[in-house]
Amino acid sequence: MDHDDSGAFQGPLDGNSAAGLLQEVFVFEATSAILTCAGCGAAGPIGATRLYGGAMGAVLRCAHCDTALLRVTRTEIGIWLDMQGARSLLMRDAPAA
Amino acid sequence: MQDSPISRGFRGRRPPARNDRVPPGQHLTEDFPVLSAGPTPAAKLGSWSFALQDGGSLLAKWSWQEFEALPQTEVTVDIHCVTTWSKLDTHWRGVTIDTLFEAAGLDEPPEAFAMIHCDGGYTTNVPVEDLIDGKAMIATHYEGKPLAPEHGGPARLLVPHLYFWKSAKWARRLRFLEADEPGFWESLGYHIYGDPWREQRYAGD
Repeated sequence: MDHDDSGAFQGPLDGNSAAGLLQEVFVFEATSAILTCAGCGAAGPIGATRLYGGAMGAVLRCAHCDTALLRVTRTEIGIWLDMQGARSLLMRDAPAA
Repeated sequence: MQDSPISRGFRGRRPPARNDRVPPGQHLTEDFPVLSAGPTPAAKLGSWSFALQDGGSLLAKWSWQEFEALPQTEVTVDIHCVTTWSKLDTHWRGVTIDTLFEAAGLDEPPEAFAMIHCDGGYTTNVPVEDLIDGKAMIATHYEGKPLAPEHGGPARLLVPHLYFWKSAKWARRLRFLEADEPGFWESLGYHIYGDPWREQRYAGD
């Protein structure tokens, strides 16, 4: 449609852009942890998800089926986390030297 | 398409002096920023419908053509996003929730609460009393043009006296609820009601 919008939406960012907020939730480097989608079963690093939600919070969606894998908001009383769309989160050990 | 009378209104609700139009903690913007919790769905008017539902039963359903043939209302309202921008004098056209209920043959709403369901799975909860008596519509036009997809086209809820996340984009279904339930943002720390004049941004405000 032809609506002119000066606040044009640039599309989703990649999940790496949520690194700051994720660091408040997880003590490890979260963007490389592996999420498995409860919707389609696809597995991949958090950094490869698609980030929506803008200033309201981080909505990380599956790059394959758009399921909301992980949602995080920061409010006055603390951090809220929802992972209903994720089947699992794998925090891989560092490879042995 | 536009063969029904257009009325003007959204009655009641705060027509304050201009210097009293910006709620606490908000600033004015001339832009129309876009905030989305998910990808913009492709608008397919041929398969679009809007439905009223009570529990599991369907009360009414309109195709796009049927929806556009319902009596239309134009409003000019101020909108307030919880991310702190407010925009004055936005102009919308659509079908009020009162008109929808009347067209569905509802003498009165069957329940006190409602959940709005959208393409892409977004939801938001609103008490029915905040949707009726000229306080809300399903909007299909913005500033005289069909509502752009990134702003919720073909149709979004417009309930301007609450924070704008309640004005759900890509609305497809209104489901009556016996008891209030949190929607997408309300279940993740945002306020269950969201009155900008009482600065109800977060749970507990």
